[in-house]
Amino acid sequence: MRKSKKSDKTKNVDQAKQTERLNKIDQIIDQYENKYKDSHKVLIELLQEILEEFDYVPEEALVRVSEKCQVPLSRLYSLATFYNSLRLEPVGKHHVCVCVGTTCHVNGATEIVENLERKLKVEPGHTTEDGNFTLETVNCLGVCARGPLVEIDGKYFSNMSPIKLNKILEKYENGKSN
Amino acid sequence: MVKLTIDNQEVEVPDGTTVLEAAKELKINIPTLCYNQRLKPYGGCRMCLVEKSIPNSPRPPELIVSCAYPAENGALITTNSERVVKGRKFVIELLFAKCPDSDAIKDLAKEYGVNNNDPTDVVANYLLNRANSNNTNHTKCVLCGLCTRVCAELVGMSAISFSGRGSKRKIKTPFEKISATCIGCGACAYLCPTKAIKIEEAS
Amino acid sequence: MKTENQIEIIDLEELKNEILSKRSLDQPTVIIAGGTCGFASGALEVIDAFRDELKKQNLDGEVVMKVTGCHGFCAIEPALIINPGNIFYSGVSAEDVGEIISETIINKKVIERLLYTDPDTGEKILHEEDIPFYKKQTRRLLANNTRIDPLNIEDYIAIDGYFALEKALSMGPDKILEVIKASGIRGRGGAGFPTNIKWEMTKKAQGDEKYIVCNADEGDPGAFMDRSILEGSPHSVIEGMTIGGFTIGARVGYIYIRKEYPLAIEHLRKALEQAHEYGFLGENILGTDFSFDIEIVRGAGAFICGEETNLLKSIEGAIVEARTKPPFPAIKGLWDSPTVLNNVKTLVSIPLIINNGAEWYSGIGTNTSKGTIIFALVGKVKNSGLIEVPMGMTLREIIYDIGGGIARGKKFKAVQTGGPSGGCLPESLLDMPVDYESLTKAGTIMGSGGMIVMDENTCMVEVARYFLTFTQDESCGKCTPCREGTKHMLDILTGITKGEGHEEDIAVLESMGSLIIDVSLCGLGKTAPKPALSTIKYFRDEYIEHIRNKKCPAKVCKALIKFSISEDKCTGCHLCFRNCPTQAVVGEAKKVHSITQEKCIKCGICHESCRFDAVRIE
Repeated sequence: MRKSKKSDKTKNVDQAKQTERLNKIDQIIDQYENKYKDSHKVLIELLQEILEEFDYVPEEALVRVSEKCQVPLSRLYSLATFYNSLRLEPVGKHHVCVCVGTTCHVNGATEIVENLERKLKVEPGHTTEDGNFTLETVNCLGVCARGPLVEIDGKYFSNMSPIKLNKILEKYENGKSN
Repeated sequence: MVKLTIDNQEVEVPDGTTVLEAAKELKINIPTLCYNQRLKPYGGCRMCLVEKSIPNSPRPPELIVSCAYPAENGALITTNSERVVKGRKFVIELLFAKCPDSDAIKDLAKEYGVNNNDPTDVVANYLLNRANSNNTNHTKCVLCGLCTRVCAELVGMSAISFSGRGSKRKIKTPFEKISATCIGCGACAYLCPTKAIKIEEAS
Repeated sequence: MKTENQIEIIDLEELKNEILSKRSLDQPTVIIAGGTCGFASGALEVIDAFRDELKKQNLDGEVVMKVTGCHGFCAIEPALIINPGNIFYSGVSAEDVGEIISETIINKKVIERLLYTDPDTGEKILHEEDIPFYKKQTRRLLANNTRIDPLNIEDYIAIDGYFALEKALSMGPDKILEVIKASGIRGRGGAGFPTNIKWEMTKKAQGDEKYIVCNADEGDPGAFMDRSILEGSPHSVIEGMTIGGFTIGARVGYIYIRKEYPLAIEHLRKALEQAHEYGFLGENILGTDFSFDIEIVRGAGAFICGEETNLLKSIEGAIVEARTKPPFPAIKGLWDSPTVLNNVKTLVSIPLIINNGAEWYSGIGTNTSKGTIIFALVGKVKNSGLIEVPMGMTLREIIYDIGGGIARGKKFKAVQTGGPSGGCLPESLLDMPVDYESLTKAGTIMGSGGMIVMDENTCMVEVARYFLTFTQDESCGKCTPCREGTKHMLDILTGITKGEGHEEDIAVLESMGSLIIDVSLCGLGKTAPKPALSTIKYFRDEYIEHIRNKKCPAKVCKALIKFSISEDKCTGCHLCFRNCPTQAVVGEAKKVHSITQEKCIKCGICHESCRFDAVRIE
C-alpha cells in the first residue's frame, strides 16, 4: 500500500515538474512572439533561448513551438538535427568541450580527445553513465594562439595536454569545480 | 523575352524560364533526377548539368544546373560537351557507389557507360569498386529530396524532412516516430526515383 | 521619438570635448589586454587582483583600470600597459599585481623581469609598439583594441567614434559610394568582391525592404580576428553597419554571430544598448530622418552558415542547404529582399575610410589589393597572435620578421591559408607577396585570414585528411558531389594515413578533386578538395612515402610510427610508467624502461611525461 502511495506522490511531483516545464516553454515562446510581433521572426533565436533555458532542446519544446508558432514539426526537427549546438539530449553535470580547430589539431587536440574518450569511456556527443560529464568537440572556439583549448562549463583552459587536463578533471570529478 | 542558344539552336523564352525549360522548347532532353515540374527547382542532384558561356564575358565557361538556372540573354549553352558528360558521369558513378541495388540508378549507369572498361578512368574504377563491395553504407535513398519537397510544397503536410547533415543526412519523420501529420497519400513513394519509400498497411 | 533614457546629441564634437575634459592625461591608468584569449590565459585573475588590491589600498578612485580587447600578441598574455609612461608588461600573473602597484604605479619604477625580452637580442623592451612583433605591422582595424574599453561608448566617442556616421549622413549615399569605390576596398570575408559594387547593386535593386547583414560567423578554424574586433571594438561594427544601412536604404541590420563567441555577443549587446541610448541607433539618428536598428542573431554551430545563402536561410529559419545563384542576395536575399552581406573587417573599415579619406586607405597595399589585411598567425611560429599588415607583404616577412620564425628550433615546412577552402604553401613560396591574386595563383585563397604555420613534425597527408573530416562534418549534404565525393576523398586519405594506401590513390584524389570542384553547388564543395590538392602538388613525396613505404616522415600517423625508450637517456624515473593508460610501459624504478609495442596505443603521454627526452618516436 505504502509503495503505491509513494509512486502516486512521485507521479504528482513529475506532473508538477512537467507542467512547470511546459509553462516555461510557453513563456519563452510568448516572449519570442512579442519580440518579433512587428518584424520578421528569427526562428533560430527561439531555439537558442530554449537551449539556454534547458541546456538542450527537449522534444516537447519543439512540439509546443510547432503548435504555437505554426511551424511544421519536421522543419524544427531538421533544424535541431542540423545544428551542432542544438543538442536533443540533456547534458551531464559538467560539459567538457574540446576545440578541434586546425591549430588546436596541429598542436595535439586529437590526443586530448582520445585521452578523454579513454578516461570517461564515452564518445564525443555523449554523456558518461554516471551523468557527470558530457563530452563534446567543437570546430573552433577562436582562441587559436593559446591552444589546444578545452572549455569546461564555460571556463576556458588554454595550452592543454592530456596530462594537464587529467589534473584539472580531478577537481570536477571530486565535486570541486572552480 | 530572353534569347539564348542551346546546342547551336536559338530559342526565345519569357523572362524567368529556366534553361531546362528552354531546352524542352527545342525538344532537347537533359537528364534529371531531383527535378519535378510541379516543385520548386532544387539543383541538388547535379544531373542536369550543362555548360554555359556568355560571349565576350570575362567570366570563363562554367557548369550550371539547368533546372534552376534562369535563361540568360545571349547565353551559349551546351548540353553534351566533354566537360558536361564527364561531370554527369561522375554524379552517376557517385550515386551508383551509394545505391548499387537500385534499378533506376543501374539503368542510368548503363545508359551513361559507367563501367570499368577504361583503366585510365581512375575515378570510375574506384567508385565501381565501392559499388561492388559489401558495404553496409549502401542504401536506396539518393537524397534527391523529392519526397520531402512534395510533402511540403504540394501536399502541405511536411510529414518528413531531412535530418542531420552532410553524408549523415537522412530522410526521417520527427524524432523517428510515427508521423502525426502524414495522410498516407503516397505522393512521396510515387515520386521516389529509386523506390526507396514503400507504402505499407499500418497495423 | 527619443525616450527618457536617450541623450539627444546636438554636436558630436562638443560631446567628445566634454568627455575628454573630464579625463586627465596624467591620471595613472592600467590597461589590461582582455578578450577571450586574454581571459583564457589568466587575465581574469590579474583583473580581479588589481580590483581587490587597488580597493584595499584605497587607490580605486585615483587609478583607472581599463580592460580592453585583445592586443594581438596572444602568446605573451596576460599583458598590460601602465600610464603615464606607456610601460608594457607581459606574462603577468595575479601574484605580480601587488608589486606592479607599489613599484610602477606609485614609485614610477620599472620591473625589469616583467618587461618583454627580445628572444634574438636579449634586449628588454619598454613599450609595446617597439616589440618586433608589432614593429612591422600597420594596425588600423585592430588599433582600437589597445585603446578603448569596449563596454564604454564614451571611450569610442573620445577617439572620433561615430564621427564617420555623422559625416556620412550629411554626405548622402551617392557620395559615400564614390568614396568607397575610390578606396578600392574588397570584401574581407574571403572572396574579395569589391564592396562598392555590392552596395551599389543592393541600393539600386527593387524592393520596399532592404537589409544589411554582418557575417560574424567566422567559421574558419584558425581564424579569430573577427572575434577580436567584435570583443574589442563593437561600436566600430555598429557604426560601419549603420553607414552601410543608410547607403543602401535599409532600416534593419542583422549581425549573425557564432554562438561560440559568448564574450563578443555580450559586448555587442551592451554596445547596441549604449548606441541606442546615445541616439546612434533607433529613430531619427543624429537628428536626421534616417532610422535604423540592428539585431543580433546567434549561429548554432554550422560552418556552412558562413556561406551567404545559407546564412540568410539560417536567419529565416529555413532548412539550411545552399541554393543556386542567381538570384544573388543583392537582388533577392533575406526574405526575398535585396540584401548586402559584409564581413566584420569590411564593415569596420568603412568609418575609417569616411574619416580618413579614400586615399588614406588605397595608399597602401598592391595595385589590385588595397589596404591592410589581418592574419591570425598561429601554429608552430614563435610569436602567435593577430597581425595586421599592408597587402603585399611577403610570407617570409610575416612568418620570420613578425612571427619570429619557427618555435622550438624546428624547421619551416608549410603555411596553410584560407582555412578548409585553402591550401598549403611550401618553403619555395616564402617570398611570395600576400594578396588576393597571388594566393589564388599559388593554389590557395586569402579566405578570412587564417595563417597556420607548420613545421617538420606536421604531416601534410594528415592535414589534408583533417580538413576533409572538417568539410565532411560541415557539408550541408544537399548536392551529390560534395556530400558523396568528399566522403570518398576522406576514406582514401584515412587509408593512406593508416598505411593502407594504394598506388592509384593520388591519381584518384586529383581527378576526383577537380570533378568535385567543377560540379558542386556552393563554395564549400567547390573548395573542399583544395587542401588535398595543394598538399599533393607540393608534398607529393610525402604521400608516396606513406603509400609505398608505409612511413610517416613527420612521425605523426599513429599506424606508421613506433614509440620506444632510449636506453642512454632513460633515468628510470618511472613517470612514464605511472602515466601510461594501457600499462604498455614496463620497468622498475631507477632502471631503464621499455615499451611493449602490442599494448602501446601511441597516445604520446609517455613522450609528454618524460623530462629527459628519452622517449623516441620513429
